[in-house]
Amino acid sequence: MAIVGLILLFMYVPLFVLILNSFNESQISGWPIKNFSTKWWAFARNYQPIRDALLNSVLVATGAMIFASILGTLVAFAMKGFNFFGRGTVNILVVLPIALPGVVTGVAFSNTYSNFLTPAGFNIGYFGMIVAHATFCIVMVFNNVFARLRRMNPNLQEASADLGAGLWQTFRLVTFPQFRTSFAAGALLAFALSFDEVVVTIFTAPPGIDTLPLWILKEVGRPNQASVVNVVATVVILLSLIPVYISQRLTRAQEDER
Amino acid sequence: MTDTTTNSQPRSVRRSRPVSSYLLRRPKLRLLSLLALPMTWIIGVYIFSLFLLLITAFWNVDPFTSLVSPGFNLENFSLVLTNPSYIATSVRTLLIALTVTLVCIMFAVPLGIFMAKIARPWLRNTLAVAITLPLWAGYLVKIIAMRLVFTEEGFFNWAMSPIGVRGPGFSVPIVILTLTYLWFPYMALPVYTAIRQIPPNLFDASSDMGAKGFTTVWRVVIPLIVPAMIAGSVFTFSLSLGDYLAARFTGGATQMIGSIIAANINLNPPVAAAYSMVPITFVVIYLMVARRTGSLERM
Repeated sequence: MAIVGLILLFMYVPLFVLILNSFNESQISGWPIKNFSTKWWAFARNYQPIRDALLNSVLVATGAMIFASILGTLVAFAMKGFNFFGRGTVNILVVLPIALPGVVTGVAFSNTYSNFLTPAGFNIGYFGMIVAHATFCIVMVFNNVFARLRRMNPNLQEASADLGAGLWQTFRLVTFPQFRTSFAAGALLAFALSFDEVVVTIFTAPPGIDTLPLWILKEVGRPNQASVVNVVATVVILLSLIPVYISQRLTRAQEDER
Repeated sequence: MTDTTTNSQPRSVRRSRPVSSYLLRRPKLRLLSLLALPMTWIIGVYIFSLFLLLITAFWNVDPFTSLVSPGFNLENFSLVLTNPSYIATSVRTLLIALTVTLVCIMFAVPLGIFMAKIARPWLRNTLAVAITLPLWAGYLVKIIAMRLVFTEEGFFNWAMSPIGVRGPGFSVPIVILTLTYLWFPYMALPVYTAIRQIPPNLFDASSDMGAKGFTTVWRVVIPLIVPAMIAGSVFTFSLSLGDYLAARFTGGATQMIGSIIAANINLNPPVAAAYSMVPITFVVIYLMVARRTGSLERM
């Protein structure tokens, strides 16, 4: 019992210290907080670098989410409908980008971009960051969609084909409605994962481009404006928890449906 | 797929669907068209990048232009494998990752037992959410939060000042604590699920035979949840092994494998590439050992 309390304290105290410090009036974070104010929130709201970083984060996460949704769904369908040679390998390939350390993934992409593509006259720039993010987000969509497909009734698809529907028509009218909640849940998790990612981003972001976590990273090294960092960190907490929360709700709603 | 397409076409079909009926008869082609795009992406972009990284590890940096130039030499590998400071960093990182895994297990087992066997259902569900939630609260955010707690003027020193205890400052123990903080849910959730699946009559049987609580945990619970602990340890171990931001922000001068890779990627990409093979090797070995125990099927 005491251990459980200790674990919960350990898990939540740091987050609360951080969130409360975003209301710290002093420029330097610390504890105990002497004066509370919302001045750093007001400052952050109109501070252009933070706005730019937020926009970049949303753009990258959206791009990664779109690519990962398509690719993850395709793999899920292949894994569900077919028992083929190399099935296990495909599974490992999907998990690998998230299983290997982020620094390895990041360095691998960075190496390809700057030591191979750039010398070949191809500057991938901003898109390279989205490609890297999409790669490790595939597994999120795959897991969600695959879990749902496995419990789906395959007879419905065959019935649809027997009735003369084409593959696309079956997909649109029969298959997709059955897994769209899992699809949305997976896509949201992919968004949250990308939004929160920093290590791969460090190595793949083009010079001068910051995402929110990247901005925090650069700012923490400097002694001034520490309390603004806490504001941005709190925003990151909220913006990654919202998609996760919705995704959980979707999954639960789907379980109730059945 | 049932064999309907070999019969004559049903009369109700008004339009012919050449692509669909063609594909329906050829499952291999369907599989190929499903896998073509994702496999091109993952193999063509990711695996190919890893392969290029391996190639780069054999290259060198031109000392005059400081550009990477192709070639074949084993200097980078011999540097990584023989230089004492590189070896020390590898060993330190390995020990940190193993310690994090052990600490996670030590917290996860009592928590799991409490949640699965002692807590009432509402408390159990609340705790399950409470453990899962921080998983998504942001990786960097959690590191910053730990930095705030353990900094010189931070929460920990403030909370402990009445009893005269001071934190160790940013050092290896705080790195271990931060990594535990980051990856604990990956251990706690599988362990909790495994303990829940233990039939309650095993506990009754154990106490009927005269075992005290601790003996039951040690002789009955632990052996049954070893697969879950191994599955969780794959995450706690490999994620800790590759991490370097925790060390950078809460470790003071502590360096981990990732710190050196990150520091070298712009100065000397071949050395960074060669050193990247070290965590990859550790993770692959760990995965293979874990697979031999048969624990990975449960993930």
